[in-house]
Order: sequence, then structure tokens, then C-alpha cells
Amino acid sequence: MLSVLLIEQVLNGLQFGLMLFLLAAGLTLVFGVMDMINLAHGSLYMVGAFLAAWLVALTGSFVLGVLGAIGLTALFGMLLEVTLLRTLYARDHLSQVLATFALILILNDGVKMVFGTDLALSAPEALAGPVELMPGLSYPAYRLLILGVGFVLAALMYALVAKTRLGALVRAGASNRVMTEAMGVPVRQLFTVVFGIGAGLCAVAGALLGPLLAVQVGMGENILILAFVVIVIGGIGSIRGALIGAILVGCIDTLGRTLLQHLFREFLPPQWASAAGPAIASIAVYMFMAVVLAVKPQGLFPART
Amino acid sequence: MSTTGLLSRSALLLGLISALALPWLLQALGAPFYISLAGRILVYAIAATSLNLVLGYGGMVSFGHAAFVGLGAYVTGVMISEGLLNGAAHLAATLAVTGLVALAIGAISLRTRGVYFIMITLAFAQMLFYLANSIKGYGGDEGLNIKQRSAIGFGLDLKDATTFYYLALAVLGASLVALARFVPSRLGRAVIAIRDDDQRAEALGFPALRLRLVVFVAAGMLGGVAGALAVNQQGYVSPNLLHWTQSGTLMVMVILGGVATLWGGVIGAAALLLLQEGLAAATQHWEFWTGWVLLAVVLFARNGLTGLALQAWSRMR
Amino acid sequence: MNTAPSPPSALLDVQRLSKRFGGVVATDRVDLQVRAGEVHALIGPNGAGKTSLVSQLAGQLAPDGGRIVFAGEDITRLSAHQRARRGLTRSFQITRLFKSFTVLEHLALALQAATGSSLRFWRPVGAELELFDHARALLPALGLDDLAGAATDQLSHGQRRALEVGMAVATRPRLVLLDEPMAGLGPDESLRMEQMIERLREQTTLLLIEHDVDAVFRLADRVSVLVSGQIIATGTPDVVRRDAQVIGAYLGQE
Repeated sequence: MLSVLLIEQVLNGLQFGLMLFLLAAGLTLVFGVMDMINLAHGSLYMVGAFLAAWLVALTGSFVLGVLGAIGLTALFGMLLEVTLLRTLYARDHLSQVLATFALILILNDGVKMVFGTDLALSAPEALAGPVELMPGLSYPAYRLLILGVGFVLAALMYALVAKTRLGALVRAGASNRVMTEAMGVPVRQLFTVVFGIGAGLCAVAGALLGPLLAVQVGMGENILILAFVVIVIGGIGSIRGALIGAILVGCIDTLGRTLLQHLFREFLPPQWASAAGPAIASIAVYMFMAVVLAVKPQGLFPART
Repeated sequence: MSTTGLLSRSALLLGLISALALPWLLQALGAPFYISLAGRILVYAIAATSLNLVLGYGGMVSFGHAAFVGLGAYVTGVMISEGLLNGAAHLAATLAVTGLVALAIGAISLRTRGVYFIMITLAFAQMLFYLANSIKGYGGDEGLNIKQRSAIGFGLDLKDATTFYYLALAVLGASLVALARFVPSRLGRAVIAIRDDDQRAEALGFPALRLRLVVFVAAGMLGGVAGALAVNQQGYVSPNLLHWTQSGTLMVMVILGGVATLWGGVIGAAALLLLQEGLAAATQHWEFWTGWVLLAVVLFARNGLTGLALQAWSRMR
Repeated sequence: MNTAPSPPSALLDVQRLSKRFGGVVATDRVDLQVRAGEVHALIGPNGAGKTSLVSQLAGQLAPDGGRIVFAGEDITRLSAHQRARRGLTRSFQITRLFKSFTVLEHLALALQAATGSSLRFWRPVGAELELFDHARALLPALGLDDLAGAATDQLSHGQRRALEVGMAVATRPRLVLLDEPMAGLGPDESLRMEQMIERLREQTTLLLIEHDVDAVFRLADRVSVLVSGQIIATGTPDVVRRDAQVIGAYLGQE
């Protein structure tokens, strides 16, 4: 019984981790390549989720809705980069914090004005039921889809950064922007593309997690923090670090919440157990980050030295 | 005295008189309900000034400063709800608890630098947030209503908005005086040098870690005092006070008002809160417009509102 | 554990100092003695490990092995600020000034760090007249007489270098590590710097790291040659410039 629960939770953790990776990947690239703190990254995730919910309702098709949301969010991200964010690259981190914080306020209220405070988004009918993975282990089909999409995108991102010319340019930009520019690389366009990709990935995560976590205004803030924790653990500018960091954080968070509660219920009075479980689980992720930084102050796989 | 000196002295005097006369003025104008808004601004001004100390002058971008404010609020709030009403005891406990926690957090975090420092201070703050969220005995995630107030003697009741206003004004005044003395002092000079280039300062003989820690703890304690005042003003304490978005708001106030300026925290707090109040009265979408104003400030007023004022002043001469 | 006693007149005694970065050996069992009152120069080709060595001596970098003994005290585990307070200071190869402070305030800061506690937070430093008089008195020797109130971005490169060195020597330290003080200076400014160093030799002991071999041979009492992290020769300038190994590894390429 416990082992089935364990496997289930590991799968949940993996699934959450992969979605976190989608956010972290964009964030680490923007921070690593453009040296910009973008607090509004979580808002792109929210915009993606809302667009998906709206388009799915409009077209009646889950696939079309999600794909449309990804495209639109990527375009929106690039528009944002070209008009506003580009001017922040040269500014200090504090100014970037202020500006992107302002962006959060604008986007939160903006989305509310256009769509309302929340929208319904449910998993497609075909995937509503469970799948039997092993005798005794049933797992929701939709979550398996998320796992699948997550793995594929992770593999694609890795290939993109490690094997393609675009990826090489991005990595060069991450380690030395001035040099890259001096070599005649169109850095401006590169940045716009990187930002667009990041926004698109946010939309994937937002759309896929929508049915599970509820599409509502302000959903970006909580996951943004976790994304930052992931990239700090993984090492800023590193896609590999973002992936490993995200999976670790996803598992620690998920397993912490459920298993710790289980454990505590065995040993502590019930009112303590139901309170302590979530509290310790939330703290566990941050403690893990603190430990990682103590041992490896630049994260696990720092792209820059 | 130069014209600038004379003018700034007069401005200061005028400001002081206005601040002291404000409650009376608001009463006379038939708008006494704004006195509690003024009190709220003062509390945020103290919190923002404490952040300006550590972030502006100390150069330590602490994204978890709201945790100290929340800690002060909780210490005072819990003491009151347990029947301990002595204001002096609240102050002592607030200073002790926030001081010790700041010492612990600082001793660990200040060994990191740059964005890693930001993240680690954030992490610690989030830990405290989740801790506050889970203490069911004192409200948990719903927060705790505090029905009484700190007893500060002389028959004064902090439930009266005007009385609270003057207490907060006194605390803010004392904080600003202390900050004004700190900046040109040995500690202030050393800390600013460390902010500019900590390795070079160390090479001169300044114990960078130790001096930064002193400032970090002092700022944390002042933040805690702001929190103790906050709970007295609102009669309510909740874990939201410790959330990272609150730290973000404080940071926005400091940046808005002017980083590393004496009045930066005050101006930023007043500007942001008044802006929010004004917009909220005019439209439902005040958050939307607040965002645009902040954006405008970042893009066009590089050194915050203080910088803008100084620019305008130098252009007039 | 190497507990060889320091030679009597060695102010700075470096014993088998070692440091590696990953696979690269930056400092390879370096033995070096600097005698009190002398100007000791350290020369070597690029990449020899000069700056790593200086950083370990000044306390910014922790060695992997070996000892550093300063005036009879083992300072290997001491931090940079502790060494500075014991009279071992350094200037940096790349000028590092404090952008918030004027020229005079830079020197005042150096003096402040060496005297009394920096925990005082009420009395303005400006009230310490003695401190500022002392700082002002240091300006002429650095060629910065009428620049007391100047901001750092108003100075020429040579003036910035002078201030950089000035901060290191303001407190009359016992030993100053000068890391390529003439780096990036034109001929006039180099000459002025050389004259400044010449004046310093009467007040303090110098370990001079320099690339300009001619200047070094003019100024130094003794020279040590660092190649690939190892000291291959130590002696008076005449002896060293004739040493076959040195010529082969370094001077022959000049």
C-alpha cells in the first residue's frame, strides 16, 4: 500500500518538477543570458493559462486551445521584450525589480479586466480517467500526458541548447555577452527569440497545470518563487541545472507534503500532523536550497564563473 | 549658510510643523478618518527606512525584510492576546526576537553575494512565512484579531488614531535622526565603502562581514519596531505580513523614494500609499494604474522621486 | 609540519606555499623571504602566478599548503582585514576606488580602518580633525594636492593609480604589497610612480610585483623570479639578470 503511494507521489513530483522546469528554463536563460531579473515571468505563466482556458472554451478543442495559447503568449512575450524589457538590460537589478514588479501589477489587473478573476479549464474528456500502470497502481491519464509533454520538451530544450547553433549562441551569450556581440552575432534578435521561447514554455506549463491547480489571477506569484529557487539550485544560466533542480524541487515539495504528513500522523497528535506536514514541506525546499548554496555557492551547474 | 542650506532647513522646519499639526488640520477640515491613513503611512515609512538602511546604504539587497516586520507584529500581537499589555515589554521583546533572528539569518546569508544573497534571504523569509501560516494557536493562515493595544502609559490609548499617529511620528523622527547621524559616522562611512567595493575595504582593514552584520541586525530590529506599531494600528496580524510580495512592496517604496537617501523611505511610502488610496477612490483598477506609474518612475526617474526633486531643484537654479 | 624558524631579519617569511585551481598549479611550494627595510621585487612572465601569490600573501585567497609568517607571527589563517591591521597592506593591479567618496575621504578611510573602532555610529568622522589633517598631509606626496575634494571619476588614470597606492601606504604599514603599480601608466606617470616608490623605501618595506623589468632593476634591493608558480632565482639585481635559468625562462624573451 505504501509503495503504491510512494510511486504515485514520485510520479506527481516528477510531473510538477517537469512543469517547474518549463518556467525555470525560460527564467534561467533570461537571467543567465541577459542578466535580467524578471519578476513578471510568473505573470506570463498566468497569461498562458488564461489564454488556454479562453481558447479551449472558444474552439471546443483542448489541443487547439493549448497550442493557440502557446503561440499567443510567445508573441506577447516577444512584444513585451521589444517594447519594454529591452530597455531594462542596461539598468541595475533594483530597477529591474521595480519595473517587473510594476508589470506584475499591470498584468494581474489587466487579465482580471479582460477575463475576470478566474476561468475554468478542465482536462480533455479522453484523458479524464485513470490508466492502470501496474496491478494495483492507477494513475490519472492526464497527468501521464503532462509527464510525456514535459519529458519531450525537456529533451528538446536540452538538444536545442547543447546541439544547435542557436543554443551555442545562447550559451556564448550567457558566458560572455560583449565577446558575442563583438563577433557580430545579432544579439538583440537573439534575446527576443530567447524571451519568446521562455514565454511559450510558461504558457505550456500554465495551460497544462490549469486543470490541476485552477486558473486564477495571482497564480504566478507562488510558482515564480519556486522557479527562482530552482534556478539558484541548478545554477544560473544552465538548462541542465534547471532540469535537475526542478525535478529535485518538484519531488521534495510533493513528497514532503504527502509523505511527511503520513509520517507525522504515525508519531504526532493529529492536529500537529496536519499543520506540521505542509509547513515542513514548504520549508524543506528552502532548506534544501540553503544546503546546496552552502556546499556549492554558485549552484549545482553554474554556466558562468 | 548657503541658499540651499537655508532652504532645506526651512523646508525641514515647515515639514516638521505640518507633520505635528496634521491631525488637528484634518479634524478642522472635517476629514478625521484620514488620520489613520497618515498613521499607516508612518508605519510603512519606518519599515521602508529600515530597508533603505540595509539595502541603500548597506548595499545588501534583502528580499526577505518583510519577515522582520511580520515578526515584530507577531511578537507584539501574541503578547497582547496572552494578556501582556505593557508597551515597554513589547518593545523589548520585539527588539530581542528580531535582533536574534536577524543575527542568525545574517550570519549565514552574508557569506553569499549577489543574487544568491537575495535568494537566501528570501528563503529564510519564506520559512518564517510558512511557520506563521502553520501556528494554528494564533490564527494560522487566517491571522489573528488583536482586540487590545500596547499600554504606553500616561493614560494614552493607542486605539485613538491621533495618539497612535504621534507615537508613530515620534518613532519615525527618532529613526531619521539616528540614520542622519549614522551616515557620516565611522560605521556609516565604513559600510558605504564596503558597499562600493567590499574586497577593497577589507584590504584597508575593515571587517566587512562583521560591519555588514551590525547594519543587517539594526535594520531588522527597526523593521520589527515598525511591525509592533503595525499591529497596534490595524488590530490584526496575519502571515501575509511576511510574504515575499510585502518585501517587494517595501523595496518598491525604497526605490521609488530614492535608494540611499535619508528621506527615501518616507517619500516612497507616502507616495505609494497615497497613490494607491487616490487611485482606489477613483477606479476599481487602481492596481493597474499603480503599475503604470511605477513603470514610468523606473523609466524616467532613475534615482527615484528624491532624484527627480533634486534634478528639478538644480534646473531651477 | 614545517616549523623552520624565520631568518632573523625576515619581516615576511613564506614557507612552501602551494595553491592549485583544479588541474592548474598556480603556486608551487614557494619559499620567499622579504627583509625589513628592503625593496624586494617579484618578476616573472605572464601567467607565472604573481597575482595568485600576492592574493595569498594579502589574505584574499587561502593557500592549500604552506605557511606565511609575518614579523614572527603565523598569519596563514588570518583574513585580509586582520593582516591589514597588523601592518601588511596591498595595492591592487586594477585600480579599485570607492565611487561614493572624494580623494581626501579615501585616505581618511584608510586611516580610519587602522585606528580605533568602526562601530561608532553617532559622531561624524568629519569631527576627527586629526584624522583629516593627517589625510590632507598625505596628498602632496601622491601628487594630489588640489584634488582633495575631487570625485573618483574626475581623476586621470595616473592620479587614480596614485590614490590606489596612497591608500595602501597611508597608515605607515610595515610591509606593502604593490601589485603592478605602474600597470597602464604612460612614461611620465610611470616616472612619477617610480619616484613615489623611491620615497616609500625610507618609510616601509616593499614587495613590488612589476612587469617593467628596467624599473625593477633600478628600484629593487633584491629580486625573486617566479616562473610557472615556482621561484627559480633570488638575489640582487646583478646576480639575477646574469642567472642562466632566468635568462632562459624569462629575460631571454625580452
